[in-house]
Amino acid sequence: MKQNTFRRLLDFDLHSRRSAGLGDRIHVDFILLFLLFFISAYGLVILYSAVGQDLDAVTAQIIKIIVAAVVMLIVAQISPFFYLRTAWWLFISGVLLLVVVYFYGYEVNGSKRWLRIPGLIGFQPSELMKLVLPMVLAWYFHERRLPPHSVHIFWALLMIAVPTGLIFLQPDLGTALIISTSGILVLLLAGVPWRIVFGALGLCAVSAPAIWFLLLDYQQRRILTFLNPESDPLGDGWNIIQSKTAIGSGGLTGKGLFEGTQSHLDFLPESRTDFIIAVLAEELGLIGVIVLLFLYILLIARGTIIAIQAQSTFNRLLAGTITFTFFVYVFVNIGMVSGVVPVVGVPLPLVSFGGTSIVTLFAGFGILMSIQTHRRIMS
Amino acid sequence: MAEPWVLKDHSGESWVFFVRAATGFIVLIVMTLILLMRLIYLQIIQYDLYATMSDNNRIQVEPLPPVRGLIFDRNNELIADNIPVLNLTLTKELVDDIDQTLSKIEALTGLSEGEREAFHERLENSQRRPHEPVPVVLKLSSEQQAKIAVNRHILPGVQIEARLIRHYPKGELLAHAVGSVRRINESDARELNRTAYSGTSHIGKIGVERYYEDVLLGSVGYRRVETTASGWVLDELEVIDPVPGRNLTLHLDSTLQQVASDALGERRGAVVAIEPETGGILALVSNPSYDPNLFVTGIDYETYAGLRDSIDTPLFNRVVQGQYEPGSTIKPMLGLAGLVTGAVSMDFQFQDPGWFKLPNSSRLYRDWNWTQSGAGGHGIVDFQKSIYRSCNVYYYRLATNLGIEKIHEYLSLFGFGRDTSLDIPEAANGLLPSSQWKQEARGIPWYPGDTVNIGIGQGDILVTPLQLATAVTVLANRGRWVSPRMLKGSNELLNDNNADMKDIDQVPDYIWEEVINAMEKVVHRGNQEFGENGTAWYYIGQDIEYRMAGKSGTAQVVGIKQGEVYNEEELAERLRKHAWFVGFAPVENPQIALAVLVENGGGGSEFAAPVVRQVIDYYLESQYRIAGVSP
Repeated sequence: MKQNTFRRLLDFDLHSRRSAGLGDRIHVDFILLFLLFFISAYGLVILYSAVGQDLDAVTAQIIKIIVAAVVMLIVAQISPFFYLRTAWWLFISGVLLLVVVYFYGYEVNGSKRWLRIPGLIGFQPSELMKLVLPMVLAWYFHERRLPPHSVHIFWALLMIAVPTGLIFLQPDLGTALIISTSGILVLLLAGVPWRIVFGALGLCAVSAPAIWFLLLDYQQRRILTFLNPESDPLGDGWNIIQSKTAIGSGGLTGKGLFEGTQSHLDFLPESRTDFIIAVLAEELGLIGVIVLLFLYILLIARGTIIAIQAQSTFNRLLAGTITFTFFVYVFVNIGMVSGVVPVVGVPLPLVSFGGTSIVTLFAGFGILMSIQTHRRIMS
Repeated sequence: MAEPWVLKDHSGESWVFFVRAATGFIVLIVMTLILLMRLIYLQIIQYDLYATMSDNNRIQVEPLPPVRGLIFDRNNELIADNIPVLNLTLTKELVDDIDQTLSKIEALTGLSEGEREAFHERLENSQRRPHEPVPVVLKLSSEQQAKIAVNRHILPGVQIEARLIRHYPKGELLAHAVGSVRRINESDARELNRTAYSGTSHIGKIGVERYYEDVLLGSVGYRRVETTASGWVLDELEVIDPVPGRNLTLHLDSTLQQVASDALGERRGAVVAIEPETGGILALVSNPSYDPNLFVTGIDYETYAGLRDSIDTPLFNRVVQGQYEPGSTIKPMLGLAGLVTGAVSMDFQFQDPGWFKLPNSSRLYRDWNWTQSGAGGHGIVDFQKSIYRSCNVYYYRLATNLGIEKIHEYLSLFGFGRDTSLDIPEAANGLLPSSQWKQEARGIPWYPGDTVNIGIGQGDILVTPLQLATAVTVLANRGRWVSPRMLKGSNELLNDNNADMKDIDQVPDYIWEEVINAMEKVVHRGNQEFGENGTAWYYIGQDIEYRMAGKSGTAQVVGIKQGEVYNEEELAERLRKHAWFVGFAPVENPQIALAVLVENGGGGSEFAAPVVRQVIDYYLESQYRIAGVSP
């Protein structure tokens, strides 16, 4: 009864419209598009300040965003049905590429993440996996009855473990965490029983001490530094102390755009990439950060609505996962810079400089648009 | 895989998803609120604290480097010290125009092109922390210091910084024995623990300094200071003192080292003396040497190139890295193997014709006193004579009887073919051949002729002076194994050591005494008819006041590289054979064992044995002096 009411509520805008609007015809979701535009523009202003008002860097970033936006629009043209049919094969190819990276990857700073195709630019198969893993899991549960049976949960966990393990070996802890989290999100959205969720959480808490001893020296040090940054002010603690100082000294309204002393006197490490939120917090204060957080929440809210309105399990799970994973980026990045979570190299989406991740990010939103604009009016 | 007969409850599934997505969204809002609370805490509640921290008066963290541990010799003489120097440093963040500041510095103190280059290299070092001062001029003179002090106001961001640097009071004498520290370069910096080395500019690169780096370094402290915007310290807020590195005491005796070095004089070569009781290295001389202090302050390129390219290779540690044929010094060890395995017996004797032939071969292996007329040979030779006259033919036969596998087995027991040292990081392995090795390395089988050559320590057998001294030490100990080591006292500082060497306990006492007795005759058997005296008696045995066991050796010069340029006189000199002498004393209660190599020295008894004698003379005398007994 109440479910039918709910159903009608979801399809409200479809039933009320006689024909598809302009957005549906060109497969663009204008709400998403405008929010992305605003956040990127806001990010470019902060970036302009963080790079010391160097226009070249900002231009480079604009070009990347434009390329990524084009990719997004192309992805949006393709029907979700295509992704559903190809998900398994994309997943298999993604895993194979990760295996190739493991053996023939191009090494940068001691980790093998890149594949170089002669004559073409290099790319990171782990970026592909960020979209393909949610896709294959959504397909898997689409084919089965929900809420999932424990055998299916087991197979899904295995599908998460394989790419996560390969990326962990590169080693790229940040991406491995993000990818496994997105996989877990699919399971949660698919309706894994709460007793299993809480059981797993309890098991983690119990086995945490054992995992501690499996971690490498520097990983242990990072966690210790996170718990007490003052313990290592010359090494790992430096970044956190400096970023906290930058954020704290911004106050409510900030020191004014381009006026941040911490970032411009080179106290702040990696101020244009992972730590860029500290520049924003120092120069535009708490209000500046709240504006950004608000824009992010609007974007995520729109993604959640798209997911809820989607018409198949595959579309729902995929859209929901892409949206919530986006939030994980935001949370982990701002959390690490302000000292709420340990430092793992995760950029602030749509704001941090550079990275192939921009394309992946926009491609994800392209999938959301595709899901939203390919809906059928039901009789 | 799929279960098509199951009817999916579509609206139920979308309901489940709705509940989950809504829950997720609520969780997400809660997490955002957590972030927001954190930001409010930092930006509103703790605003004053952080505002002060980033305001005009800044809080900075300065590393306080630990004092490097000192190194003493066995008589508590200081052999590696730290002395204060003043460096001129520059903090990049406080300087507007670096080139202009450098020109000002150049006008005041002078700044060479090399210094400028080195500065830029250090400045661009990716491991540099923000606001970390970078050295511009190292080791300021007092005049330079005064000029900078007077002109401080025109040099914002430039400081004079007091530092302790390593100093080796003995200079060249102990360079190869102790090793040295060098300035940390960019590639070192990448490997290092940044925290542990903040404020530390040098790292142990060779020898003891390298092996005990972790212990000598100590641990870094820091102080939190409040500074003005231009970097002057206003107040000290918190100090965590550094912990100095541990002091080390070595087995080395620097006076003995001096005696050994003097005995070698200007000649190229190596002396290494070991205390048989502990394996402690008493003296380690590799000649020529270099002044390690040059490397501490930064050596200019020309001086460095001069040292590196010198034909005398002063930077090369002959004792631990030099690999030479052992020549006849290998005979006591081979003789022992022969007696133990029964390849020869103690009372076996034969008439030595001065040459040896393998069955079915026409090739002659000659003795060292073989003459064209056929008058050579050592007459009737038994085991004793084979050592004290160093009869080659005896060992051609013995080696042939033993076979290469047994030779390999027994020489391995003495530590040949591998590095058995405990704390000498550069020690080479030498080469102890086997038929398997030859097949793998050369791709050809081991020939009986190869074994004949090994019998007199020639061919594919290479040893370092340290390995030879170690073998003689074990001989002096009658088989009790000791590994050569620099550090005196406990083993707790040693890493994973080569402790799997075992005592040689399968050899009966009378065989040890037989071999040692023969070596004693090398030095002490004298006043006999021609060709019956010990080979070294004439040179060192005539007036000796204690009992010494020894063995001479002569090694062919192995490597003159093709294309190397020599003038003819030099060539003739450098083609001469290397002189070896190994020995220990006193025979009954050995206090010291050593190996001496004189490169291109000629005959071992004549040229290397006197060095051995002088070192032992001095050492025993000093031991008696300490014990209060007259010799």
